[in-house]
Amino acid sequence: MTAGPGQRSDAAEPLLSVEGLTIDLPGGVGQPGLVEDVTFEVRRGQAVALIGESGCGKSLTSMAILGLLPAAVRVAAGSIRFDGVDLLTCRRRELRRIRGGPVGMVFQEPMSSLNPTMTVGDQIAEVRRLHLGERRSVALKQAGQLLSRVGIPNAERRLGSYPHEMSGGMQQRVMIAAAIACDPKLLIADEPTTALDVTIQAEILELLRDLRRDLDLAVLLVTHDLGVVADFCDDVVVMYAGHMAERTPVDRLFYEPRHPYSSALLAAVPQAGRARTSLTVIPGRVPSAGQFPGGCRFEPRCEHSVDDVCRRPQADTTIGDGRRTRCGRVASGDLTLKGTVRG
Amino acid sequence: MTTTTPTAAAPKSSRPARHVVLTILRRPASAIAVAFIVLLVFLAIAGPFVSPHDPEAQNLGNRFAELSWTHLLGTDEFGRDVASRIIQASRIAVIAPLISVGVALLIGLPLGLWAGLRRGVVDAVAGRLADTILSLPALVGALAIVAVLGPGLVNAMLAVGIIFAPGLFRVVRGATLAVAEETFVDSAVAIGSSTRRTLWVHILPNIAAPLLVQVTILMGVALLAEASLSFIGLGVQPPDASWGSMLKSAYTNQFHSPFSVVPPGIAMVLTVLAFNTIGDSIRDAVGVRRRT
Amino acid sequence: MSAGMVVRRLGGGLLVLWLVSILTFLLVQLIPGDVAEVIAGENATVAEVARIRAELGLDKPVLEQYVSWFSGVLQGDLGNSLFSNRPVSSTIIEAAPPTVIITLMAMAVAVVIGVTAGIIAGLTQGSWIDRAVSALATLGIAMPSFWLAMVLVSLFALANPWLPATGYVDIREGFGVWLSHVILPATSLGLATSAELARHTRGCVADVLTRPYVRTARARGASGPWLVRRHILRNAAIPVVTVLGLQTGRLLGGVIVVEAVFGISGLGSLAINSVLQRNYPMIQGYVLFSAVVVVAINLIVDLAYGWINPKVRTA
Repeated sequence: MTAGPGQRSDAAEPLLSVEGLTIDLPGGVGQPGLVEDVTFEVRRGQAVALIGESGCGKSLTSMAILGLLPAAVRVAAGSIRFDGVDLLTCRRRELRRIRGGPVGMVFQEPMSSLNPTMTVGDQIAEVRRLHLGERRSVALKQAGQLLSRVGIPNAERRLGSYPHEMSGGMQQRVMIAAAIACDPKLLIADEPTTALDVTIQAEILELLRDLRRDLDLAVLLVTHDLGVVADFCDDVVVMYAGHMAERTPVDRLFYEPRHPYSSALLAAVPQAGRARTSLTVIPGRVPSAGQFPGGCRFEPRCEHSVDDVCRRPQADTTIGDGRRTRCGRVASGDLTLKGTVRG
Repeated sequence: MTTTTPTAAAPKSSRPARHVVLTILRRPASAIAVAFIVLLVFLAIAGPFVSPHDPEAQNLGNRFAELSWTHLLGTDEFGRDVASRIIQASRIAVIAPLISVGVALLIGLPLGLWAGLRRGVVDAVAGRLADTILSLPALVGALAIVAVLGPGLVNAMLAVGIIFAPGLFRVVRGATLAVAEETFVDSAVAIGSSTRRTLWVHILPNIAAPLLVQVTILMGVALLAEASLSFIGLGVQPPDASWGSMLKSAYTNQFHSPFSVVPPGIAMVLTVLAFNTIGDSIRDAVGVRRRT
Repeated sequence: MSAGMVVRRLGGGLLVLWLVSILTFLLVQLIPGDVAEVIAGENATVAEVARIRAELGLDKPVLEQYVSWFSGVLQGDLGNSLFSNRPVSSTIIEAAPPTVIITLMAMAVAVVIGVTAGIIAGLTQGSWIDRAVSALATLGIAMPSFWLAMVLVSLFALANPWLPATGYVDIREGFGVWLSHVILPATSLGLATSAELARHTRGCVADVLTRPYVRTARARGASGPWLVRRHILRNAAIPVVTVLGLQTGRLLGGVIVVEAVFGISGLGSLAINSVLQRNYPMIQGYVLFSAVVVVAINLIVDLAYGWINPKVRTA
């Protein structure tokens, strides 16, 4: 998967660039940020994964892009640029134009993320009415085509259904149809398959892959599933406890991870074709916000931790090949990590 | 066989009573509300000793007097001191809700506990009856019962209590059902605790919080019901006075003295407000969810 | 809502009404002592007592009494007033219009004020408007409607002679004069309910705002009135409608006392007089009538609920 379907090698301005993003709870003076100093970019047609255990700040990061953070938290520093627009400082009108227009978003729980009192047709048509000013009847006709585009049989008849009359997989297809209703350039998918059955997960991924190819769509995929990352994405941003641990092209991650957390994650994935592998688990759990350690945030759980180095805050360092790591020992060449040879 | 007998420990509500009391007193609003109720009870008991005038003393030469230092709240249509009458009537403001809520507890609590733990016929019959009574507007039901019992304060408040009982029954039953699911109740029953013992020792302390919230709120509602019934002449009978019956005479004299509707009304609103504030605080302190 | 559902709800309502009829019937049986003598009063002649006994059918076995009474009820025959000797049903129907109108208007007042205030408070949580609404709602819930009625009469009828202090005028005598007589009673009756509704609506709106589908809608570019109307209000309305049904009973009780304040001769004064005179057939009729109104309104609420909530409609 070195060359993803939509990947281009042009060095033009990236479609989305997030720089130094820091999210915190206002009022919690002296509290470390829930998300701190996260930097990555998504180029046109590229698929980037934000990966990490739950509570690592990957969802917050994805919400921040469209200004959808919960009221209790705020962006404290950093910039988010999409297609030449600074999303953190632009006018609200501009932000509304981008939401659902050039950027579509799909959420984790399709059941609770769809309005229970509105037909799915209306929810898809809504996007076109809001952005293109289409009349309801016209927008509904388009919604029918979108529904069949995302693989829902009898699309026209399904327009009048309510979300609760559909299965989880169908609901997620509806979410996707609404997200692509205005031909977006970027799709942000926040754990789009997590709430679904395994077989359905594969179907939804397959659908996203098709859409990516057909619409030349860039995707920012938030997930905790390395398996999904491997065959869907070009770049990976590994997050841990609000920090970006490592940023790398996806294939490099598997061959030579550059952060102990990445290698621990890899070791925890069951490997197909390898009989009797014992699954390694990462000891301990992700610290909750407010209890982050002062030095490297992964240090308490890290098997390669060396006291004098790792107890100090670590810097996000570029290490060549467009890769970055937040592990001082890896950056200084002191530590080399083994990847998993993919079977 | 082991020689030790397993004991079923009934965990009390996770937040002990002390915590609840402290939480309530620490909030300014509920602390004031508690102080107000304490003052009300004090006035109800010590009224004759602290009231500025004899509440019964008439002075027809001084009817509808304006507010003054001698008559803080003026005088009524017989020249009686309104402040003293408000104090005298505070006795009924305390007694009337106690009667109603007491009756409601007497009926609703045991039935609710039993229905919640044992279900069966009691639950089915009492539940049906409760639904039926609750389908009637409360005041209409109370009126119908007063029609049987005859007018008067005690009868009126008995009627209100009977009307309150189904609501209380439902609250108790619901809370009991939830607690009865807990393992410690099963283990208590398993080691041979009788139904009665299970209910009083294991379940009652654990449903105390929602029960207390409901009882506090009902106190306020009962006061309003007393006032309504006394206003339409079915509650307190003259020469006794309650804030409701004072409002009635204030109403007849509204043309002469528009102000006279104010003191009893304010006294009533403050009391109900105090009960509601305390109820809300208990609810917040113990984390009982508001019925939605 | 499917037809089967409507039939089920209707059946449930009828069952409740039947049970109410049993309770109402038993009411008279519960009177301590010889009912006929109690009703006739101390100075009644033997003949009068006998007449009352026959009128109420008290000389027959209880079950027989119930069957004959209930079959009468089914045909709209609620018996005759013990005093005027006129049929109970027609007396109630004559007295009902002002009561029903004032209750409905009070409900309108409650919905308009309460729901509006609740929505604004819910959308502006933490603002001074929100706090003001909460404070007023707390006060409104603690305030007896008949006292509020007196205060409003003081302010708007006595101190400033803008509105009539008493009485009710039929709408056929002119809309303006009708409205002037209805405003004060309806407002004083409806405000307490509007306080309750405001509180509840605020809570529902606040709850809906935290739902993921609102975030989804915002992610689609929805905002402002569009977001509020299509995504927030409709979902918040579902629990609000339920509470509205529960409040009907409160209004029907409160209207009795409010009528007394405004000297309106509707069902309330009929009920009070019947209780004072121990006019039992009239009381029975009144209780049954109230139950019918409550059950009917709850049925309407159920239907509205189904109309708003697709989960119920298509279930």
